[in-house]
Amino acid sequence: MANPRTFQIQEISAHPGPVPGRGTRREDQVCKYIDVTTCIGCKACEVACVEWNDHPFRETTFNDTYQTMPTTEWNYYNLIKFAEDERDGNLMWLLRKDQCMHCEDPGCLRACPADGAIIKYENGIVDFQQENCIGCGYCISGCPFDIPKFHPTTKKVYKCTLCSDRVGQGLEPACVKACPTGCLKFGTKSDMVQIAGLRAKQLRDVSGFADAGVYDPQSIGGTHVIYVLHDIKRPERYGLNANPVIPPSYTYWKWLAKPIGLGMGLLGIAAVFFHRVFYGPKLPQPEPPEFRTGPEDEIEAGRKETP
Amino acid sequence: MSTTAKKFDERARGEFAQLGTTRVHPGELLRHPVYTRFLHWSVAIFFILSLLSGFAIYSPWLFRWITPLFGGGPRTRALHPWFGLLFDVFFLFQFINWFAPMAWVESDRRWMKRMRQYVTNDVRREPEDVGFFNAGQKIYFWLILVSAILFLITGLLMWFDDVVGRWIVAVSYVIHDLAALLMLAGFIIHIYEGTAHQPGTFRSMMDGTVTERWALTHHPAWFRAVTGRDSREAYEREKRQEER
Repeated sequence: MANPRTFQIQEISAHPGPVPGRGTRREDQVCKYIDVTTCIGCKACEVACVEWNDHPFRETTFNDTYQTMPTTEWNYYNLIKFAEDERDGNLMWLLRKDQCMHCEDPGCLRACPADGAIIKYENGIVDFQQENCIGCGYCISGCPFDIPKFHPTTKKVYKCTLCSDRVGQGLEPACVKACPTGCLKFGTKSDMVQIAGLRAKQLRDVSGFADAGVYDPQSIGGTHVIYVLHDIKRPERYGLNANPVIPPSYTYWKWLAKPIGLGMGLLGIAAVFFHRVFYGPKLPQPEPPEFRTGPEDEIEAGRKETP
Repeated sequence: MSTTAKKFDERARGEFAQLGTTRVHPGELLRHPVYTRFLHWSVAIFFILSLLSGFAIYSPWLFRWITPLFGGGPRTRALHPWFGLLFDVFFLFQFINWFAPMAWVESDRRWMKRMRQYVTNDVRREPEDVGFFNAGQKIYFWLILVSAILFLITGLLMWFDDVVGRWIVAVSYVIHDLAALLMLAGFIIHIYEGTAHQPGTFRSMMDGTVTERWALTHHPAWFRAVTGRDSREAYEREKRQEER
């Protein structure tokens, strides 16, 4: 596919003034915007996700809540979490659409030991490549949002792709397409951050949610899925970690200590090999006495003569 | 060691002696009975399977050529904990089997002091106080015990990672790998000493027997204990025979 920028007009003959659109840049970073304050919990996004990814029907579980199941699953990437909260003595439902956050610094990718099992695109989408997955589950513990899920039959791990296949064709993710209230939006990261900021300001100024704000955790370099929350000071109420972090061992252990360990193993093998070469075997004693002044070695003597 | 475990061990030895035989020829000594050999090789097989499958998980970009042996990456990963569990089970029996001769004694402290000479082959024949196992072998045994416990604990935490927190799992990976590297170091030395470095040792685990000269060289106190003869005297006689 040709780079669209190659057909950006550079100069125009006899045109007064600057070339229209000259110097424009396309922003690569994509983002999904989720406004939890306008979500009605209709679960259209859940259905759209299952439909688009061609997942089989999954048994739902009833736990005295309208939530479809307790957590996202290997064939259920998208789940609205129904948290019950209180506001001014009344019940308040916090409906949060849970899925992969597509972190700028992805814990799953940091933790993964398999070559090519997890990739991150220039646009920020983090995608699993199941053909390279060995199903070790390191990504599961690397994820601060408990998103990757193990498939017991294929023994590989799956998660939301942010519909990378749709996005690659210029379409929005299936969940965004299906959302009837407009609480889901998809676009460039800067646009989504700006819209989210405006919406949060509106909630603060007009709707009486003094602590409304945008959830875009900087501890992992921001995410490519951002939330507008009623109360940014307590994201735990929505089941979100205020300060998500990746265990540092995934970087240091994997790229520093592991190769050193292997190198030491190789050195060990070399050490015992050359030990045998240098010191020889330990024979059962008494071994035959060594030749102190043995007969002249003819080959050795011959070698000395020739230069 | 509890009496129940001891009784079990004795019974197992008896049963296995019925299953297999160890032929001791003149000039040879019985070193490892059938039961001990069975345990050793069971532990060894599952250790090697765990090691190979473990390497394939440790760094697949280097060891992905191992995974076809076990039916692909995911199956390697699925089998690894079972290999490890069986390694631990067999080692438990071997631990019961070898607990007594592996006890640390006074002569082991002296062996540690002259380890340098041992490594450089300056000690051609072990001193008279070295028993059934020398201090190096005992260290390896206790190292395996520590590693096996670490493997089991961290392995279970990683196996049931949906139950425990992700930070515990992350720490477990590191400890599991450290235990593996520790054991790998001992394993390399173990194989080397048992084969290329000390001729006559490998058969002690295959056939169960060693020559009297081997016993006089590497484990004089054990020689004294099983034959009732003085090890130094026996050695001098062998030496005179050699010089004649």
